[in-house]
Amino acid sequence: MYAKKNWLIGGILMLALSAVPPVCQGMNMPDSITLDSLVQLYDKVKFDHTKHIKLIKDCAECHHHTTGTLVENPNCIRCHKNSSETKVVACKGCHSAQPFSAETLSEKNNKLYHQDKPGLKGAYHQNCMGCHTKMGGPTGCLDCHPRNKAGDALYNSGDHAPKKTQKNTASHGH
Amino acid sequence: MKRRDFLKGCMICGTASSLGISKKAWGSGSFEGYPEGMGVLVDLTRCIGCRSCEAACNKEQQLPEPIVPFDDQSVFEEKRRPSEEAYTVVNRYEQKDGPVFRKIQCNHCNEPACLTSCFVNAYTKTKEGAVIYNSKVCVGCRNCMIACPFNVPAYSYSSAFNPIVKKCIFCHETRLKVGKPPACVEICPQEALTFGHRKDLIKIGHERIKETPDKYVDHIYGEKEVGGTGWLYLSGVPFEQVGFDNTLGNEPIISNVKEFLGTVPMVLAIWPALFTGFHLLSRKKGHGDDHGQDAHATKSEQEGGKK
Repeated sequence: MYAKKNWLIGGILMLALSAVPPVCQGMNMPDSITLDSLVQLYDKVKFDHTKHIKLIKDCAECHHHTTGTLVENPNCIRCHKNSSETKVVACKGCHSAQPFSAETLSEKNNKLYHQDKPGLKGAYHQNCMGCHTKMGGPTGCLDCHPRNKAGDALYNSGDHAPKKTQKNTASHGH
Repeated sequence: MKRRDFLKGCMICGTASSLGISKKAWGSGSFEGYPEGMGVLVDLTRCIGCRSCEAACNKEQQLPEPIVPFDDQSVFEEKRRPSEEAYTVVNRYEQKDGPVFRKIQCNHCNEPACLTSCFVNAYTKTKEGAVIYNSKVCVGCRNCMIACPFNVPAYSYSSAFNPIVKKCIFCHETRLKVGKPPACVEICPQEALTFGHRKDLIKIGHERIKETPDKYVDHIYGEKEVGGTGWLYLSGVPFEQVGFDNTLGNEPIISNVKEFLGTVPMVLAIWPALFTGFHLLSRKKGHGDDHGQDAHATKSEQEGGKK
């Protein structure tokens, strides 16, 4: 009985491994990534990297020309046709957490390309939401990151939801 | 002064002043915003209708508590416009390929109609690109609300004693002035709002259209409309289908009135002189006639005396 179960687990593992694209095998990459750039309003997101690799298989789908297969996007191919893998692969390595600060704006102005590179938050959401919409993944804000108390206060939601009676008296008071 | 010389003088003065004025008015029509003016590029194809911008604006500008939470999507059932309680609102438009969301707030025109219409100069277009409002000098005429081609300024009718005009000020005091993006831009998860120098945003907008022509309508709303606006828009569906007014034209609102306004100083300067001249001439003539009659009378009297 036990042997049978072990065999089954082994088989599943084998299958799972074969699902990982060969380019990613043996690479030093995280199984799970904690995304905490919105920690002021939302709980940290535990991004299941392995799960997404299994689903998408092509690293370049998210990582552009930095890793995995060569790019196919005609706009990127103009420069990155034969680009080799880069040292920095993490999103935050290229996508700034402060995309609209004076420094970033002047930096962008001096660049010939990648002037329209989104910030870290924009990059995450555009990529994740875009794919989730296509693939039927979760797309609600709280599906990926539950809001904390400060977040509830900002959105006037949860404990901070406007009380109907209060509002009525307030509007009478005006 | 001879009558002919007087009229000649009037003609010369009139022509000279009207030429001078029209030159000045022409200059005001070609203003394309301050070179370092900031703006925001709104990409409607990216907006997911999360209303985070509304929430951030509410807190940043210390606006009153909303009626429903900011994560409540039921507000999309009707088309809203900015009010004294919300400087920005997002509306939903059902389209063939799913809903399209459109954020509304002050567009911070290069040549604001509100500013033009204000006779106490309560409005200022700052060098950073914001159109701000000084409630201390406002007399509450609300001409700006009528003048705005985008129906943006709201009025705090709820305040009985100190009602003021209320509208988005690009977070000028708290953020723009110190080089920070407005609160709505900062919170937008999708980066549907891109903050930057207006001239750069126009380049970025055209670049996005060029790279993904199937995704966008080939137009940046606000690049030229009413003389150009600080807030610019990209859309995947025709603009008029998502609440944009495509009939405004590219001339700033001031162009509709500047020719008329240009004649006002001319009228003020020429007409008094002209009509005083007419008056003097007619009086002189009348006086002369009287004189003639008098002379005639004296003559007849003299004649009578002789008889």
